Amino acid sequence: MGVVAVVTGVSRYLGGKMADRLVDQPGIDRVIGVDVVPPPTPLAAEFVRADIRNPALSKVLDEAEVDTVVHMGVIATPRQAGGRSVMKDINVIGTMQLLGACQRSESVRHLVVKSTAAVYGSGPKDPALITEDSSPRHPPTSGWAKDSVEVEEYVRGFARRRPDVRVATLRFANIVGPGMRTGMTSYLTMPVVPTVMGFDPRLQFVHEDDAIEVSRRAVLQRSAGTFNVAGEGVVLLSQALRRLGKRELPLPANVMPIIGRSLSRGAWADFSRDQVRYLTYGRVLDTSALASELGFTPDYSSEDAFGAFVHGLRAEVSRHG
Amino acid sequence: MAETSDGGDSNRLRPSQAARAVGATGPRPVEASAAADVSLTGVDEDDTGVVESWEVLQSRLTGDYAVDDFGFDPEFTDKVLLQLVRPLYRHWFRVEVSGIDSIPAEGGALIVANHSGTIAVDSVMTQVAVHDEHPAHRNLRMLGADLVFQTPFLGDLARRAGHTLACHDDAERLLRSGEVVGVWPEGFKGIGKPFSERYRLQRFGRGGFVSAAVRTGVPIIPTAIVGAEEIYPMLANALPIARVLGLPYFPITPTFPALGPLGLLPLPSKWFIHFDDPIPTDDLPPGSADDPSVLFEITDQVRERIQRRLYDLLAQRGGAFG
Repeated sequence: MGVVAVVTGVSRYLGGKMADRLVDQPGIDRVIGVDVVPPPTPLAAEFVRADIRNPALSKVLDEAEVDTVVHMGVIATPRQAGGRSVMKDINVIGTMQLLGACQRSESVRHLVVKSTAAVYGSGPKDPALITEDSSPRHPPTSGWAKDSVEVEEYVRGFARRRPDVRVATLRFANIVGPGMRTGMTSYLTMPVVPTVMGFDPRLQFVHEDDAIEVSRRAVLQRSAGTFNVAGEGVVLLSQALRRLGKRELPLPANVMPIIGRSLSRGAWADFSRDQVRYLTYGRVLDTSALASELGFTPDYSSEDAFGAFVHGLRAEVSRHG
Repeated sequence: MAETSDGGDSNRLRPSQAARAVGATGPRPVEASAAADVSLTGVDEDDTGVVESWEVLQSRLTGDYAVDDFGFDPEFTDKVLLQLVRPLYRHWFRVEVSGIDSIPAEGGALIVANHSGTIAVDSVMTQVAVHDEHPAHRNLRMLGADLVFQTPFLGDLARRAGHTLACHDDAERLLRSGEVVGVWPEGFKGIGKPFSERYRLQRFGRGGFVSAAVRTGVPIIPTAIVGAEEIYPMLANALPIARVLGLPYFPITPTFPALGPLGLLPLPSKWFIHFDDPIPTDDLPPGSADDPSVLFEITDQVRERIQRRLYDLLAQRGGAFG
């Protein structure tokens, strides 16, 4: 007898892939994908059009006797939501409602949350490698990163109130791959890339396949705990730009976002305060807990994952002439 | 020395090996070996050094190289950064190193040294000493203030050169992975002290470095540096300017700011670096890393050994510019 899993945020790239990946996995009978808008391409999983901001989600959880909830519905760029306030609504209010529904549900036993390493913030007082229990010295102040901090707070609150539910939180470094488009990839693919003068941040990447695989394992192994997820090693921003063949435009930190925004008009490139701090000081995750407790080491190192992204980009360019 | 000058690239003696070969039997005759460096190896070594530095710089333009998780680029450090300061090390300060065997050939160790000189030239020279004079050419990974890492260019260079923030996490991580770590516990109190207080050790903080060594069971190597005090003798500290610039101090030296950029040229003092006998920490009872009395005791021991050795070296040196 398998279980029923719900995946939120399936109309976006990674959520959709995740739902489909869980279909036909041993121990899983049924996968229900939930999102506000229908997926751009049909899913192998069942699709239920529901707003996680709406308490109606409870009905889905009860009727299908859902055991596992995979929350991938936190969105990173206002563009995806249609505005910052809608984005914050979906991220924070959506998570509150989802957790509320989980709390009322008698069947839910496992929750897996996709979070981000951006919750650590970034700055000169951070240790070179950040462990899951590091307390952020430069906590994020805005945007997606701050939303993610709030989301994690609600998740921790939920875990306290429902100790019978196993909760796993995955904090991902920048996810890249042939199909992923994020604020970071939009930034890196700008025609001229503005950088912070005098700084060459250490970046890390996770390949999208590894991101899906670690989430799949967390679901099947019924893992609990908080885990950093990043490909081994680091890539300096300057190295990344050289590999992309991009020209960089070093600017003083205080004007970099203004000029960046005007250069990237029409793209999603992220120049929020927290992102600029990240592009100044970088961030490297200690992933030893991922290896020792989840038994998972990403197939792609940070460098390989970035290489796959560059390769995908080249293929795209040659397709479109 | 003849075979080092006929252009073999890969199997050349390193400058430091050459220097050791010259003075292998006992302490180096100072003037003679410094002169030998200039006439025999100095010029020639510098030539190939330039070619190598150029090659490394070019490879950095393609992005095709690897740095470790801390951002350390060993090849760039050796072939470019240290290469730039080696002339200063050999010919300007004529650094003499003793006790290099106190540093193990492999495994973690913590070098604790006195800090002076208005700007941290002493730590850079210690890095050259550890890399060039030690038979295993060990890299010195230093722990620096957060001010370093928030300063444009400087923070970036520091990371590339293998250094990181002075915090428990980083110190223990480096020591555990078998690196030689350097700390200057006096911090800004040390480098920013007036010339009148030269060679008098300042407070060693709370001895956080000792707990990192004890926790990871690595030896502590008290290290005394003589010579750095005289490079920029700080006569006064212009605090109002320091406050405006957000700096811990703003030095007034006999030549700076009076002579402008020329005042940045360090005075050619004669340097000695001595690595004292290691203090083992792996034989302490468990729980010592959290026992303040043990930590204070070791901190005092380290501090006293450095202070005593400073006086010895000063007596040995005679004149500051000799």
